[in-house]
Amino acid sequence: MCLGIPGEVIALSDADLATVSVNGVEREVSVGLLKDEGVAVGDWVLIHVGFALSKIDAHEAALTLDQIKKLGQTWNDEIDAFSQTAIR
Amino acid sequence: MKYVDEFRDPVAAKELIASIHALAGQLGRHWKFMEVCGGHTHTIYRHGLEHLLPEEVEFVHGPGCPVCVIPRGRVDDAVWLAHRPGVIFTTFGDMMRVPGTEGSLLQAQARGADVRFVYSPLDAVKIARENPDREVVFFAVGFETTAPSTAMALAHAGSTGVDNFFVFCNHVLINPPVEAILETNNVRLDGLIGPGHVSAVVGSDHFRFIPERFHIPIVVTGFEPLDILQAVAMLLAQYAEGRCEVENQYARVVRPEGNGEAQRLLAEVFTPRDSFEWRGLGWIPGSGYRLSDEFERFDAEKHFELPGARVDDHPACQCGLVLTGQIKPWQCKVFGTGCTPENPIGTCMVSPEGACAAYYAFGRLPQALGKRAQMEV
Repeated sequence: MCLGIPGEVIALSDADLATVSVNGVEREVSVGLLKDEGVAVGDWVLIHVGFALSKIDAHEAALTLDQIKKLGQTWNDEIDAFSQTAIR
Repeated sequence: MKYVDEFRDPVAAKELIASIHALAGQLGRHWKFMEVCGGHTHTIYRHGLEHLLPEEVEFVHGPGCPVCVIPRGRVDDAVWLAHRPGVIFTTFGDMMRVPGTEGSLLQAQARGADVRFVYSPLDAVKIARENPDREVVFFAVGFETTAPSTAMALAHAGSTGVDNFFVFCNHVLINPPVEAILETNNVRLDGLIGPGHVSAVVGSDHFRFIPERFHIPIVVTGFEPLDILQAVAMLLAQYAEGRCEVENQYARVVRPEGNGEAQRLLAEVFTPRDSFEWRGLGWIPGSGYRLSDEFERFDAEKHFELPGARVDDHPACQCGLVLTGQIKPWQCKVFGTGCTPENPIGTCMVSPEGACAAYYAFGRLPQALGKRAQMEV
Protein backbone atom coordinates (compact mmCIF):
# COMPACT_ATOMS: atom_id res chain seq x y z
CA MET A 1 0.00 0.00 0.00
CA CYS A 2 2.86 2.39 0.51
CA LEU A 3 4.27 1.69 -2.92
CA GLY A 4 5.44 4.75 -4.85
CA ILE A 5 5.98 4.41 -8.58
CA PRO A 6 7.97 6.85 -10.75
CA GLY A 7 6.23 8.50 -13.70
CA GLU A 8 7.14 11.17 -16.23
CA VAL A 9 4.91 14.21 -16.56
CA ILE A 10 3.81 14.38 -20.21
CA ALA A 11 1.04 16.99 -20.04
CA LEU A 12 -0.36 19.46 -17.54
CA SER A 13 -4.04 20.29 -17.33
CA ASP A 14 -6.15 22.56 -15.14
CA ALA A 15 -7.06 21.88 -11.53
CA ASP A 16 -3.68 20.55 -10.41
CA LEU A 17 -3.90 17.51 -12.67
CA ALA A 18 -1.20 16.09 -14.92
CA THR A 19 -0.97 13.18 -17.32
CA VAL A 20 1.94 10.96 -16.39
CA SER A 21 3.48 7.99 -18.13
CA VAL A 22 4.58 5.02 -16.03
CA ASN A 23 6.48 2.59 -18.18
CA GLY A 24 4.38 3.68 -21.17
CA VAL A 25 1.04 3.47 -19.34
CA GLU A 26 -0.65 6.87 -19.15
CA ARG A 27 -3.06 8.21 -16.57
CA GLU A 28 -4.09 11.46 -14.97
CA VAL A 29 -2.81 12.09 -11.45
CA SER A 30 -2.93 15.03 -9.05
CA VAL A 31 0.17 17.21 -8.76
CA GLY A 32 -1.53 19.38 -6.12
CA LEU A 33 0.86 18.23 -3.39
CA LEU A 34 3.80 19.69 -5.32
CA LYS A 35 2.49 23.26 -5.39
CA ASP A 36 5.48 24.58 -3.45
CA GLU A 37 8.08 23.41 -5.96
CA GLY A 38 5.98 23.41 -9.15
CA VAL A 39 5.86 20.72 -11.85
CA ALA A 40 6.73 20.97 -15.56
CA VAL A 41 6.38 18.63 -18.53
CA GLY A 42 9.42 16.34 -18.55
CA ASP A 43 9.71 16.20 -14.73
CA TRP A 44 9.74 12.83 -13.00
CA VAL A 45 7.57 12.32 -9.94
CA LEU A 46 6.94 9.55 -7.42
CA ILE A 47 3.25 8.58 -7.50
CA HIS A 48 1.26 7.17 -4.57
CA VAL A 49 -2.51 6.44 -4.80
CA GLY A 50 -2.96 8.89 -7.68
CA PHE A 51 -0.89 11.74 -6.24
CA ALA A 52 2.60 12.92 -7.10
CA LEU A 53 4.25 12.90 -3.68
CA SER A 54 7.74 14.03 -4.52
CA LYS A 55 9.91 15.06 -7.49
CA ILE A 56 12.81 12.76 -8.32
CA ASP A 57 15.56 13.07 -10.89
CA ALA A 58 15.23 11.21 -14.18
CA HIS A 59 18.20 8.91 -13.59
CA GLU A 60 16.96 7.83 -10.15
CA ALA A 61 13.47 7.36 -11.58
CA ALA A 62 14.73 4.95 -14.24
CA LEU A 63 16.71 2.90 -11.72
CA THR A 64 13.75 2.80 -9.32
CA LEU A 65 11.35 1.73 -12.06
CA ASP A 66 13.70 -1.11 -13.08
CA GLN A 67 13.68 -2.37 -9.50
CA ILE A 68 9.91 -2.04 -9.03
CA LYS A 69 9.28 -4.02 -12.22
CA LYS A 70 11.11 -6.92 -10.63
CA LEU A 71 8.42 -7.08 -7.91
CA GLY A 72 6.34 -9.38 -10.13
CA GLN A 73 2.74 -9.64 -8.96
CA THR A 74 2.99 -6.52 -6.78
CA TRP A 75 4.03 -4.52 -9.85
CA ASN A 76 1.34 -6.12 -12.03
CA ASP A 77 -1.36 -5.31 -9.46
CA GLU A 78 -0.17 -1.74 -9.09
CA ILE A 79 0.02 -1.01 -12.81
CA ASP A 80 -3.39 -2.68 -13.37
CA ALA A 81 -5.00 -0.51 -10.71
CA PHE A 82 -3.16 2.53 -12.09
CA SER A 83 -4.43 1.99 -15.63
CA GLN A 84 -7.94 0.64 -15.00
CA THR A 85 -9.38 3.52 -12.99
CA ALA A 86 -9.68 7.23 -13.65
CA ILE A 87 -10.23 10.43 -11.75
CA ARG A 88 -12.47 12.21 -14.27
CA MET B 1 24.04 -14.74 -3.25
CA LYS B 2 21.66 -15.41 -6.08
CA TYR B 3 19.32 -12.58 -5.03
CA VAL B 4 22.03 -9.96 -4.84
CA ASP B 5 22.61 -10.16 -8.59
CA GLU B 6 19.11 -8.73 -9.07
CA PHE B 7 19.80 -5.60 -6.97
CA ARG B 8 20.27 -2.34 -8.81
CA ASP B 9 24.01 -2.42 -8.06
CA PRO B 10 25.19 -5.94 -7.15
CA VAL B 11 28.79 -4.83 -6.60
CA ALA B 12 27.73 -2.15 -4.14
CA ALA B 13 25.45 -4.67 -2.42
CA LYS B 14 28.26 -7.16 -1.93
CA GLU B 15 30.52 -4.41 -0.57
CA LEU B 16 27.78 -3.29 1.83
CA ILE B 17 27.19 -6.83 3.05
CA ALA B 18 30.92 -7.22 3.65
CA SER B 19 31.09 -3.93 5.54
CA ILE B 20 28.08 -4.90 7.71
CA HIS B 21 29.77 -8.19 8.58
CA ALA B 22 33.00 -6.32 9.42
CA LEU B 23 31.23 -3.69 11.55
CA ALA B 24 29.13 -6.27 13.41
CA GLY B 25 32.24 -8.33 14.08
CA GLN B 26 34.11 -5.28 15.31
CA LEU B 27 31.25 -4.14 17.59
CA GLY B 28 30.71 -7.67 18.89
CA ARG B 29 27.14 -7.92 20.22
CA HIS B 30 23.57 -8.68 19.06
CA TRP B 31 21.60 -5.95 17.27
CA LYS B 32 17.85 -5.59 16.90
CA PHE B 33 16.73 -3.09 14.30
CA MET B 34 13.00 -2.50 13.81
CA GLU B 35 11.80 -1.71 10.32
CA VAL B 36 8.78 0.46 11.07
CA CYS B 37 7.20 0.22 7.62
CA GLY B 38 5.46 -2.82 6.13
CA GLY B 39 6.99 -2.00 2.74
CA HIS B 40 10.40 -2.66 4.27
CA THR B 41 9.21 -5.94 5.80
CA HIS B 42 8.10 -7.02 2.33
CA THR B 43 11.49 -6.15 0.81
CA ILE B 44 13.38 -7.97 3.58
CA TYR B 45 11.49 -11.24 3.04
CA ARG B 46 11.23 -11.00 -0.74
CA HIS B 47 15.00 -10.68 -1.06
CA GLY B 48 15.93 -12.89 1.89
CA LEU B 49 17.94 -10.03 3.40
CA GLU B 50 17.99 -11.64 6.85
CA HIS B 51 20.10 -14.44 5.34
CA LEU B 52 22.65 -12.00 3.88
CA LEU B 53 23.40 -10.39 7.22
CA PRO B 54 25.49 -11.72 10.08
CA GLU B 55 23.60 -13.61 12.80
CA GLU B 56 24.25 -10.73 15.18
CA VAL B 57 21.93 -8.46 13.20
CA GLU B 58 18.20 -9.15 13.59
CA PHE B 59 15.27 -7.44 11.88
CA VAL B 60 12.28 -6.82 14.14
CA HIS B 61 9.04 -6.08 12.31
CA GLY B 62 7.11 -2.99 13.29
CA PRO B 63 3.58 -1.55 13.26
CA GLY B 64 3.76 0.22 9.88
CA CYS B 65 1.40 -1.88 7.78
CA PRO B 66 -1.72 0.29 7.53
CA VAL B 67 -4.00 -2.62 6.65
CA CYS B 68 -2.68 -4.74 9.52
CA VAL B 69 -3.24 -2.21 12.28
CA ILE B 70 -6.96 -1.62 11.62
CA PRO B 71 -8.86 -3.37 14.45
CA ARG B 72 -11.61 -5.85 13.75
CA GLY B 73 -14.37 -3.52 14.92
CA ARG B 74 -13.50 -0.98 12.23
CA VAL B 75 -13.69 -3.70 9.57
CA ASP B 76 -17.13 -4.64 10.92
CA ASP B 77 -18.14 -0.97 10.69
CA ALA B 78 -16.94 -0.90 7.08
CA VAL B 79 -19.01 -3.99 6.23
CA TRP B 80 -22.01 -2.38 7.99
CA LEU B 81 -21.57 0.79 5.90
CA ALA B 82 -21.26 -1.23 2.69
CA HIS B 83 -24.65 -2.83 3.41
CA ARG B 84 -26.51 0.50 3.89
CA PRO B 85 -29.18 0.87 1.20
CA GLY B 86 -28.05 3.11 -1.64
CA VAL B 87 -24.40 3.17 -0.59
CA ILE B 88 -21.49 2.60 -2.94
CA PHE B 89 -18.59 1.57 -0.71
CA THR B 90 -15.14 2.27 -2.19
CA THR B 91 -11.88 0.87 -0.88
CA PHE B 92 -8.26 0.16 -1.76
CA GLY B 93 -7.93 -3.43 -2.95
CA ASP B 94 -5.79 -4.36 0.08
CA MET B 95 -8.73 -3.92 2.47
CA MET B 96 -11.14 -6.14 0.53
CA ARG B 97 -10.03 -9.44 2.07
CA VAL B 98 -9.51 -8.37 5.69
CA PRO B 99 -11.77 -10.60 7.79
CA GLY B 100 -14.39 -9.04 10.06
CA THR B 101 -16.77 -10.81 12.42
CA GLU B 102 -19.35 -11.19 9.65
CA GLY B 103 -16.83 -11.72 6.88
CA SER B 104 -14.81 -9.41 4.66
CA LEU B 105 -15.80 -6.64 2.26
CA LEU B 106 -15.27 -9.13 -0.55
CA GLN B 107 -17.86 -11.42 1.04
CA ALA B 108 -20.18 -8.43 1.58
CA GLN B 109 -19.86 -7.76 -2.15
CA ALA B 110 -20.78 -11.38 -2.89
CA ARG B 111 -23.86 -10.93 -0.69
CA GLY B 112 -24.98 -7.97 -2.81
CA ALA B 113 -23.33 -4.91 -1.27
CA ASP B 114 -22.02 -2.44 -3.87
CA VAL B 115 -18.32 -2.56 -2.93
CA ARG B 116 -15.89 -1.15 -5.51
CA PHE B 117 -12.13 -1.04 -5.42
CA VAL B 118 -10.38 2.22 -6.28
CA TYR B 119 -6.75 3.09 -6.92
CA SER B 120 -7.08 6.64 -5.56
CA PRO B 121 -9.51 8.54 -3.32
CA LEU B 122 -10.03 10.84 -6.31
CA ASP B 123 -11.52 7.86 -8.16
CA ALA B 124 -14.10 7.64 -5.37
CA VAL B 125 -14.99 11.33 -5.79
CA LYS B 126 -15.48 10.66 -9.51
CA ILE B 127 -17.85 7.78 -8.72
CA ALA B 128 -19.81 10.13 -6.42
CA ARG B 129 -20.05 12.78 -9.15
CA GLU B 130 -21.33 10.20 -11.63
CA ASN B 131 -23.88 8.77 -9.19
CA PRO B 132 -25.60 11.81 -7.65
CA ASP B 133 -28.52 9.69 -6.35
CA ARG B 134 -26.23 7.36 -4.39
CA GLU B 135 -24.10 7.94 -1.30
CA VAL B 136 -20.44 7.08 -1.94
CA VAL B 137 -18.24 6.17 1.03
CA PHE B 138 -14.44 5.94 0.82
CA PHE B 139 -12.71 3.62 3.32
CA ALA B 140 -9.70 5.79 4.16
CA VAL B 141 -6.74 3.90 5.63
CA GLY B 142 -3.05 4.67 5.76
CA PHE B 143 -0.42 6.70 7.53
CA GLU B 144 0.66 10.27 6.70
CA THR B 145 1.79 8.95 3.30
CA THR B 146 -1.79 8.37 2.17
CA ALA B 147 -3.75 10.81 4.36
CA PRO B 148 -2.88 13.90 2.21
CA SER B 149 -4.52 12.16 -0.77
CA THR B 150 -7.78 11.76 1.18
CA ALA B 151 -7.44 15.36 2.36
CA MET B 152 -7.02 16.60 -1.21
CA ALA B 153 -9.99 14.49 -2.38
CA LEU B 154 -12.14 16.05 0.39
CA ALA B 155 -10.97 19.56 -0.45
CA HIS B 156 -11.76 18.82 -4.10
CA ALA B 157 -15.24 17.44 -3.26
CA GLY B 158 -15.87 20.51 -1.11
CA SER B 159 -14.82 23.03 -3.74
CA THR B 160 -16.71 21.33 -6.60
CA GLY B 161 -19.97 20.85 -4.67
CA VAL B 162 -19.95 17.04 -4.51
CA ASP B 163 -22.15 16.46 -1.48
CA ASN B 164 -22.77 12.70 -1.75
CA PHE B 165 -19.15 11.77 -0.96
CA PHE B 166 -18.26 10.55 2.54
CA VAL B 167 -15.06 9.38 4.17
CA PHE B 168 -14.85 6.59 6.76
CA CYS B 169 -11.63 7.88 8.25
CA ASN B 170 -9.10 5.41 9.63
CA HIS B 171 -5.96 7.41 8.92
CA VAL B 172 -3.27 6.98 11.53
CA LEU B 173 -0.11 8.81 12.58
CA ILE B 174 3.31 7.22 12.68
CA ASN B 175 4.85 8.70 15.83
CA PRO B 176 2.36 7.55 18.53
CA PRO B 177 2.68 3.77 17.91
CA VAL B 178 6.48 4.05 17.63
CA GLU B 179 6.53 5.92 20.95
CA ALA B 180 4.19 3.32 22.48
CA ILE B 181 6.48 0.48 21.42
CA LEU B 182 9.62 2.24 22.65
CA GLU B 183 7.96 3.19 25.95
CA THR B 184 6.62 -0.27 26.79
CA ASN B 185 10.07 -1.68 26.15
CA ASN B 186 8.87 -5.26 25.54
CA VAL B 187 11.61 -5.61 22.95
CA ARG B 188 14.97 -3.89 23.37
CA LEU B 189 15.63 -2.11 20.09
CA ASP B 190 18.99 -0.73 18.99
CA GLY B 191 17.76 1.38 16.11
CA LEU B 192 14.96 2.05 13.67
CA ILE B 193 14.78 1.73 9.91
CA GLY B 194 12.53 4.72 9.27
CA PRO B 195 9.59 4.72 6.85
CA GLY B 196 10.49 6.23 3.45
CA HIS B 197 7.22 7.42 2.02
CA VAL B 198 5.73 8.62 5.32
CA SER B 199 8.88 10.74 5.57
CA ALA B 200 8.31 12.21 2.10
CA VAL B 201 5.30 13.90 3.75
CA VAL B 202 6.38 14.52 7.36
CA GLY B 203 10.13 14.97 6.70
CA SER B 204 13.03 13.12 8.31
CA ASP B 205 13.24 15.81 11.05
CA HIS B 206 9.89 14.50 12.32
CA PHE B 207 11.81 11.64 13.98
CA ARG B 208 14.26 13.68 16.00
CA PHE B 209 12.43 12.66 19.18
CA ILE B 210 13.74 9.13 18.74
CA PRO B 211 17.44 9.83 19.40
CA GLU B 212 16.56 12.67 21.78
CA ARG B 213 14.08 10.80 24.01
CA PHE B 214 14.93 7.15 23.45
CA HIS B 215 18.66 7.41 22.68
CA ILE B 216 18.65 5.14 19.65
CA PRO B 217 19.44 6.09 16.03
CA ILE B 218 16.99 6.08 13.11
CA VAL B 219 17.77 5.99 9.40
CA VAL B 220 14.96 7.00 7.01
CA THR B 221 15.19 4.42 4.24
CA GLY B 222 14.05 3.63 0.69
CA PHE B 223 12.36 0.41 -0.38
CA GLU B 224 14.94 -1.42 -2.45
CA PRO B 225 17.06 -4.16 -0.90
CA LEU B 226 20.17 -2.04 -1.40
CA ASP B 227 18.52 0.81 0.55
CA ILE B 228 17.83 -1.45 3.52
CA LEU B 229 21.37 -2.88 3.52
CA GLN B 230 22.71 0.65 3.45
CA ALA B 231 20.46 1.63 6.38
CA VAL B 232 21.78 -1.29 8.45
CA ALA B 233 25.36 -0.23 7.67
CA MET B 234 24.52 3.39 8.61
CA LEU B 235 22.95 2.33 11.93
CA LEU B 236 25.98 0.23 12.83
CA ALA B 237 28.33 3.03 11.75
CA GLN B 238 26.58 5.42 14.15
CA TYR B 239 27.40 3.05 17.01
CA ALA B 240 30.98 2.55 15.77
CA GLU B 241 31.49 6.32 15.63
CA GLY B 242 29.64 7.10 18.86
CA ARG B 243 26.83 9.04 17.13
CA CYS B 244 23.08 8.79 17.75
CA GLU B 245 20.95 10.79 15.31
CA VAL B 246 18.41 10.89 12.49
CA GLU B 247 19.98 10.12 9.13
CA ASN B 248 18.31 10.17 5.73
CA GLN B 249 19.33 7.34 3.42
CA TYR B 250 16.40 8.14 1.07
CA ALA B 251 17.42 11.67 0.11
CA ARG B 252 16.38 11.03 -3.49
CA VAL B 253 12.77 11.33 -2.28
CA VAL B 254 12.78 12.64 1.32
CA ARG B 255 13.69 16.12 2.53
CA PRO B 256 14.32 17.00 6.19
CA GLU B 257 11.28 19.28 6.28
CA GLY B 258 8.98 17.00 4.20
CA ASN B 259 6.19 18.17 1.90
CA GLY B 260 4.81 21.52 3.10
CA GLU B 261 1.63 21.48 1.02
CA ALA B 262 0.74 17.98 2.23
CA GLN B 263 1.28 19.05 5.85
CA ARG B 264 -0.92 22.14 5.37
CA LEU B 265 -3.70 19.96 3.93
CA LEU B 266 -3.48 17.48 6.81
CA ALA B 267 -3.81 20.33 9.30
CA GLU B 268 -6.79 21.82 7.45
CA VAL B 269 -8.83 18.68 6.76
CA PHE B 270 -8.05 16.48 9.78
CA THR B 271 -7.91 16.80 13.56
CA PRO B 272 -6.12 14.23 15.74
CA ARG B 273 -8.59 12.04 17.64
CA ASP B 274 -8.34 11.91 21.43
CA SER B 275 -7.55 8.22 21.04
CA PHE B 276 -7.67 5.54 18.35
CA GLU B 277 -7.67 1.75 18.64
CA TRP B 278 -4.84 -0.23 17.02
CA ARG B 279 -4.76 -3.93 16.46
CA GLY B 280 -2.27 -5.31 18.93
CA LEU B 281 -1.42 -1.97 20.51
CA GLY B 282 -4.82 -1.05 21.95
CA TRP B 283 -5.93 2.55 22.35
CA ILE B 284 -3.20 5.13 21.72
CA PRO B 285 -3.83 8.83 22.46
CA GLY B 286 -3.63 11.17 19.46
CA SER B 287 -2.80 8.35 17.07
CA GLY B 288 -5.62 8.68 14.54
CA TYR B 289 -7.19 11.40 12.43
CA ARG B 290 -10.85 12.37 12.23
CA LEU B 291 -12.27 14.97 9.85
CA SER B 292 -11.93 18.55 11.11
CA ASP B 293 -15.06 20.52 12.03
CA GLU B 294 -14.88 22.32 8.68
CA PHE B 295 -15.19 18.96 6.83
CA GLU B 296 -17.57 17.30 9.29
CA ARG B 297 -20.37 17.04 6.71
CA PHE B 298 -18.27 14.49 4.78
CA ASP B 299 -17.68 12.31 7.86
CA ALA B 300 -19.28 8.90 7.32
CA GLU B 301 -19.16 8.15 11.05
CA LYS B 302 -21.48 11.09 11.74
CA HIS B 303 -23.63 10.96 8.60
CA PHE B 304 -24.55 7.28 9.01
CA GLU B 305 -24.62 7.11 12.82
CA LEU B 306 -22.13 4.28 12.75
CA PRO B 307 -22.59 1.59 15.39
CA GLY B 308 -18.89 1.91 16.33
CA ALA B 309 -18.34 -1.79 16.84
CA ARG B 310 -15.77 -2.82 19.43
CA VAL B 311 -14.71 -6.38 18.77
CA ASP B 312 -11.86 -8.38 20.23
CA ASP B 313 -9.47 -10.11 17.87
CA HIS B 314 -10.05 -13.74 16.99
CA PRO B 315 -8.88 -15.67 20.09
CA ALA B 316 -6.24 -17.57 18.11
CA CYS B 317 -4.86 -14.42 16.44
CA GLN B 318 -1.45 -13.14 17.55
CA CYS B 319 -1.15 -10.23 15.10
CA GLY B 320 -0.68 -7.89 18.05
CA LEU B 321 2.52 -9.60 19.11
CA VAL B 322 3.76 -9.68 15.50
CA LEU B 323 2.98 -5.97 14.99
CA THR B 324 4.94 -4.97 18.08
CA GLY B 325 7.95 -7.11 17.20
CA GLN B 326 7.45 -9.45 20.17
CA ILE B 327 7.20 -12.61 18.08
CA LYS B 328 8.21 -13.53 14.53
CA PRO B 329 5.42 -14.55 12.12
CA TRP B 330 6.35 -18.23 12.31
CA GLN B 331 6.09 -18.20 16.10
CA CYS B 332 2.34 -17.47 15.92
CA LYS B 333 0.39 -20.61 16.81
CA VAL B 334 -1.84 -20.49 13.73
CA PHE B 335 0.75 -19.29 11.18
CA GLY B 336 0.60 -21.38 8.02
CA THR B 337 -1.90 -23.84 9.49
CA GLY B 338 -5.11 -22.14 10.70
CA CYS B 339 -4.11 -18.82 9.11
CA THR B 340 -3.00 -18.67 5.48
CA PRO B 341 -3.28 -16.01 2.75
CA GLU B 342 -6.24 -17.97 1.27
CA ASN B 343 -8.05 -18.13 4.62
CA PRO B 344 -6.56 -15.44 6.83
CA ILE B 345 -7.48 -15.13 10.51
CA GLY B 346 -5.41 -12.01 11.14
CA THR B 347 -4.58 -8.91 9.13
CA CYS B 348 -0.85 -9.62 8.99
CA MET B 349 -1.63 -12.54 6.67
CA VAL B 350 -3.78 -10.39 4.34
CA SER B 351 -1.75 -7.39 3.21
CA PRO B 352 1.35 -8.03 1.06
CA GLU B 353 3.05 -5.67 3.53
CA GLY B 354 2.01 -7.80 6.49
CA ALA B 355 4.94 -9.69 8.00
CA CYS B 356 3.07 -13.02 7.95
CA ALA B 357 1.94 -12.76 4.31
CA ALA B 358 5.44 -11.75 3.22
CA TYR B 359 7.04 -14.55 5.23
CA TYR B 360 4.53 -17.07 3.89
CA ALA B 361 4.88 -15.93 0.27
CA PHE B 362 8.60 -16.26 -0.12
CA GLY B 363 9.06 -19.94 0.41
CA ARG B 364 10.09 -20.14 4.02
CA LEU B 365 6.98 -21.98 5.22
CA PRO B 366 8.44 -25.49 5.74
CA GLN B 367 11.43 -24.00 7.54
CA ALA B 368 9.17 -21.88 9.74
CA LEU B 369 6.85 -24.73 10.69
CA GLY B 370 9.93 -26.83 11.47
CA LYS B 371 11.27 -24.09 13.77
CA ARG B 372 7.92 -23.82 15.54
CA ALA B 373 7.69 -27.59 16.00
CA GLN B 374 11.15 -27.55 17.60
CA MET B 375 10.07 -24.81 19.99
CA GLU B 376 6.96 -26.71 21.04
CA VAL B 377 8.85 -29.92 21.88
